Amino acid sequence: MRSRLCFAVALVVLGLGFGLSLIIGRFALSPTDLLHSVEGQGAPEIRAVLLEARLPRMIAALFVGAALSMSGSAFQSVFRNPLVSPDLLGVLSGAAFGAASAIIVHGSALEIEIATFLGGCCAVGFGFIVARLVGREGVLPLLLGGLISSALFTALLSLLKYLADPFDQLPTIIYWLLGSLAQTSWAQLAVLVPLLTLGMAVLWASGRVLDVFGLSDDEVRSLGLPIGVLRLGILAVATALSALTVSLAGIIGWVGLIMPHMARLLIGPEHRRLLPFAALLGACCLLLADTAARSLSPSEIPLGMMTELLGALGFILVLRQLRREGRL
Amino acid sequence: MAFLSLDSISFARSGRSVLSDLSLGFRRGELVSILGANGAGKTSLLRLMLGLLRPETGRVLLDGQDLRRLSRQHIARLMAYVPQNRDLLPPYSVAQIVGLGRLPYGSLTRGLSEQDVSHVEAAMALLDLAALRDRPCTALSGGEYQRVLLARVLVQDAPVLVLDEPLSGLDYGHQIRLMALLARLAQEGRLVVMTAHQPDLVYRHASHVVLLEHGRLLAEGHPETVLDSATLGAFYGVALRHHDHDGQRFFMEGDGKS
Repeated sequence: MRSRLCFAVALVVLGLGFGLSLIIGRFALSPTDLLHSVEGQGAPEIRAVLLEARLPRMIAALFVGAALSMSGSAFQSVFRNPLVSPDLLGVLSGAAFGAASAIIVHGSALEIEIATFLGGCCAVGFGFIVARLVGREGVLPLLLGGLISSALFTALLSLLKYLADPFDQLPTIIYWLLGSLAQTSWAQLAVLVPLLTLGMAVLWASGRVLDVFGLSDDEVRSLGLPIGVLRLGILAVATALSALTVSLAGIIGWVGLIMPHMARLLIGPEHRRLLPFAALLGACCLLLADTAARSLSPSEIPLGMMTELLGALGFILVLRQLRREGRL
Repeated sequence: MAFLSLDSISFARSGRSVLSDLSLGFRRGELVSILGANGAGKTSLLRLMLGLLRPETGRVLLDGQDLRRLSRQHIARLMAYVPQNRDLLPPYSVAQIVGLGRLPYGSLTRGLSEQDVSHVEAAMALLDLAALRDRPCTALSGGEYQRVLLARVLVQDAPVLVLDEPLSGLDYGHQIRLMALLARLAQEGRLVVMTAHQPDLVYRHASHVVLLEHGRLLAEGHPETVLDSATLGAFYGVALRHHDHDGQRFFMEGDGKS
């Protein structure tokens, strides 16, 4: 009953947020403008704002928010730690390095996206290799591998920034690192939305696997499950989801940390319910954050900066709840 | 014939011998208690039995088959396990935790079948957990949580239950009730293997005792023959005396001279 109510409220908020996001912005639209545009009438510039700029980035915000939130839920479950976020294994550092590399060599938008995704995957792959060298079992080697990989790719990113042209490439890299959905196009969405949907569907179908990660490794093995394979499989899917979001929106912090936790507070820890609800909250959060980012000031506030501001406040709530549960 | 047997098992960790040349055999219907001081190798022995550790030499036979040749799922249908370190789970409900015991029988991508649900209900009823079914495990007492874990292994419907120090953290009443329940499960045809530090309760309820010292077998057999004050006193390094009364044996500190 409680979970149905939570889903219903989240859907209503999402619907209202979507409607609000359609009409507000630096170029405000009225509901009549919307109706005319849908019917194929109205001024061409209004149709352009709605269909070529606003709607694609809104859809991107929904999918990026949902994917980050589901990915964060999976990471928190695998590492049995509610303070874990999807960048734990170095995916963000690697993705940032990949993007900066493509910017330095004057890559096209598509090449930057591909380099971002590959950079994220390389960093996590490197983290896995280090983990295998450090130890064979458990989550600690993975944590250490992620830490080392993050440090390495952060250092490489700093090197690229040092080498970048300070008048052209460096500002581009820095702006990219701040995260934004302003350049989202339908062509990007046509590629990335099916991939994000597939990744999220796989995670949702693995809900019972994620429940099992709450047990110790020995207990999972004694239930007949290959914990190592399952852990790597889930981390691979969750990492791919994170890397895809970075290639679409740049680095968006906190959503993957805070939203799963809030979802867990409201709906409980069972993943078959938690994952879709966390996705809904993540979608709502990023849609509203992006709407605020493009509406609050004459020049757009970077989305990553907006989520950092909101995340810092949300994190206080998370810590209070963890303390109440005796887990801090 | 032994349902679970260890054949000349040796195991070492970081170059240090943990278990050496251990041979044991247990039949269905037995409640086996393994006693030993801290660090004697009890947990390693249980993990070897379950195939969670690989012996350096020797082999484990389950129902006549070498454990290494059995799939993990097959083993899970024959042996269920509650480890010693019971980390606090996320706040799953009692029914959810008990339901995890059906994983060896189903697909990971679907929920519980009707048959699974009936197993879960039966186990919760047996352990008096029906009223707690929706309560998060984080809101349970130590005794309630132990019963939930026991319900989970019962739901696994395995003929062998392996429990690492199931009495730890329980008050005396719960310890007695749990031992009585484990003895009943053994009488119904299961093999229950547990580690313990309570010789008087073991004497009362167990049908077979194994004394483990520094990874070696010190003694094994029926509690009456193994558990006396001289053996246990030497085993734990303290002066003990015992007193028999009404089929029970009580161990007390001291040599009886004072």
